[in-house]
Amino acid sequence: MSTVTKKKTEERFSIGRTIRYVLLLLSVIFIFIPVYVLIVTSFKNGAEANPLHAWYLPESWVLDNWELAWKQLSAPILRTLQMVIPAALISSMLGSINGFVLSRWRFPYANLVFTLLLFGMFIPYQAVMVPLMKLVLGLNLPTGVPTLILIHVVYGIPITTLIFRNYYESVPNELIEAARVDGAGMLRTYWSVVLPISIPSFVVVIIWQFTSAWNDFLFALFFSTPVNGPVTLALNNLANGSILSNYGASMSGALLASLPTLIVYILLGKYFVGGLMSGSVKG
Amino acid sequence: MRNLKKWGPPFLLILPSLILIGVFVYGLIIVNFNTSLTDAHTAATSSGNAPTNYTGFSNYVELLSSDAFLFSLRNLLIFTLVFLCGTLLIGFVWAWLLDKPIKGEGIFRSIFLFPMAVSFVASGVVWKWLLSPIEGETATGLNRLFQMVGLDFLQNPWWSDVSVGIVAITIPAIWQLSGYIMALFLAGFRGIPDELREAARVDGASEWQLYKSIIFPQLSPVALSAIIIIGHMSLKSFDLIMSIANQSVYSTKVPAIDMYVFKTTYDYANSAAVGSILLVIVAVLVIPYLIHDTRQRRK
Repeated sequence: MSTVTKKKTEERFSIGRTIRYVLLLLSVIFIFIPVYVLIVTSFKNGAEANPLHAWYLPESWVLDNWELAWKQLSAPILRTLQMVIPAALISSMLGSINGFVLSRWRFPYANLVFTLLLFGMFIPYQAVMVPLMKLVLGLNLPTGVPTLILIHVVYGIPITTLIFRNYYESVPNELIEAARVDGAGMLRTYWSVVLPISIPSFVVVIIWQFTSAWNDFLFALFFSTPVNGPVTLALNNLANGSILSNYGASMSGALLASLPTLIVYILLGKYFVGGLMSGSVKG
Repeated sequence: MRNLKKWGPPFLLILPSLILIGVFVYGLIIVNFNTSLTDAHTAATSSGNAPTNYTGFSNYVELLSSDAFLFSLRNLLIFTLVFLCGTLLIGFVWAWLLDKPIKGEGIFRSIFLFPMAVSFVASGVVWKWLLSPIEGETATGLNRLFQMVGLDFLQNPWWSDVSVGIVAITIPAIWQLSGYIMALFLAGFRGIPDELREAARVDGASEWQLYKSIIFPQLSPVALSAIIIIGHMSLKSFDLIMSIANQSVYSTKVPAIDMYVFKTTYDYANSAAVGSILLVIVAVLVIPYLIHDTRQRRK
């Protein structure tokens, strides 16, 4: 009797499991359709890289597109790195300090201040763009990398503060209290106790800021030119700018421009997911 | 005096951030609103070479009574609804499929999440191709694929359709963000203690009752944050539309595109007005959420 029931549940279980696998595989196909087209087109020669042949494998695999894309995008990629690395580091440092203060040293109205900071994360940047352009002009800031660093740092403050604050809230009070009892001031406590245990949060925040600054197009379009701008702008120019689009090069370019974030994501994916799940928000 | 000593140092530490956000968020919002009330519609007025006058809310009145701008707002509404439903549905199903023990969970999770790491500009390069509006014998992109597998009736003009073209743009948007929503829901599922499920099963609850009374209520905070995240992203949508359809295409116009078009013609007053309208829409969505969130935190 019992073996029959067991067999039945196993059977039902395996049917359910088959359906689940089928659904998951269909989803994987949905995800990979664009990837397939990108990859095969990037290796096609000029005649084959034609929309009518988009779904076929290349008859001859060539690297010309990759060479051309590299020639066009290597300088923008380098510029983007020069922009994204300082932007991610500075905004995580600020976020860490803010998060520490807002979770541990609550001054009057700290909650209101925090909510006002958070709103900065949700504002549509369209609502500050016109005066921001005037401000940048008025301050005589150079277009391109330096201005974009400033912008990504400033508008990164809300999200980095939120992630660090959530993390520090979970740190046991005793740890901080012990340092205070030992006579450590706020800065000392931050530097010797809090900062060393913040590494996991720094990893999450830096990945997050790196990805969002790397992928930004809106600010790039308003505050740089194809000559001094980041890779998203150069890629858009490569794909949509010329009259006779070179499809193969556009596709190689799109892959090339995505490699750094993909590498970061593959190497540190576990933390990336952790960061996404820790209730962090960004648009 | 004692208070100053106690609260002074922490306040000083976060002061730089407060000033930056004060200037770059709240200050600029005010200046933007001010610009939106003027008649700065030309290069001369926008650069300050010609005088500008206050015209009250006339820019808003004109925008909100122009068919073109109302079309943008309508597009924005459709885009947001489809984007929201799509990512929530797919994200939930993926999380639900991966919640039960399954081989290769980590691999599936990474595959579903990877589009998130890619910029809209890069994915736009290929989606522009896939959503090619050409139909018939010379069809390309997905239309071509439909033809190859004998599903010709699925061919359609995608984003170039004036009435529902904007829906086509939600496909890449959903492709890109569903994994994110999956991650949120998966965390939600994992947060429900097994004992709770077991207890319900022991009490004789059916699968549906289990979901209705235990799982859905536990997931509702996750769903709320998902709605806020996708909703506010959707309202700002710009990159994807620019890289697939470009700014000059009427069928996929949304306010963020209008704002950019006005800016390129030095019509700063209208550009600023569109920005303010977007801000109001976002605020209506987000401020109640932030108040709710603050109250919860206090508890």
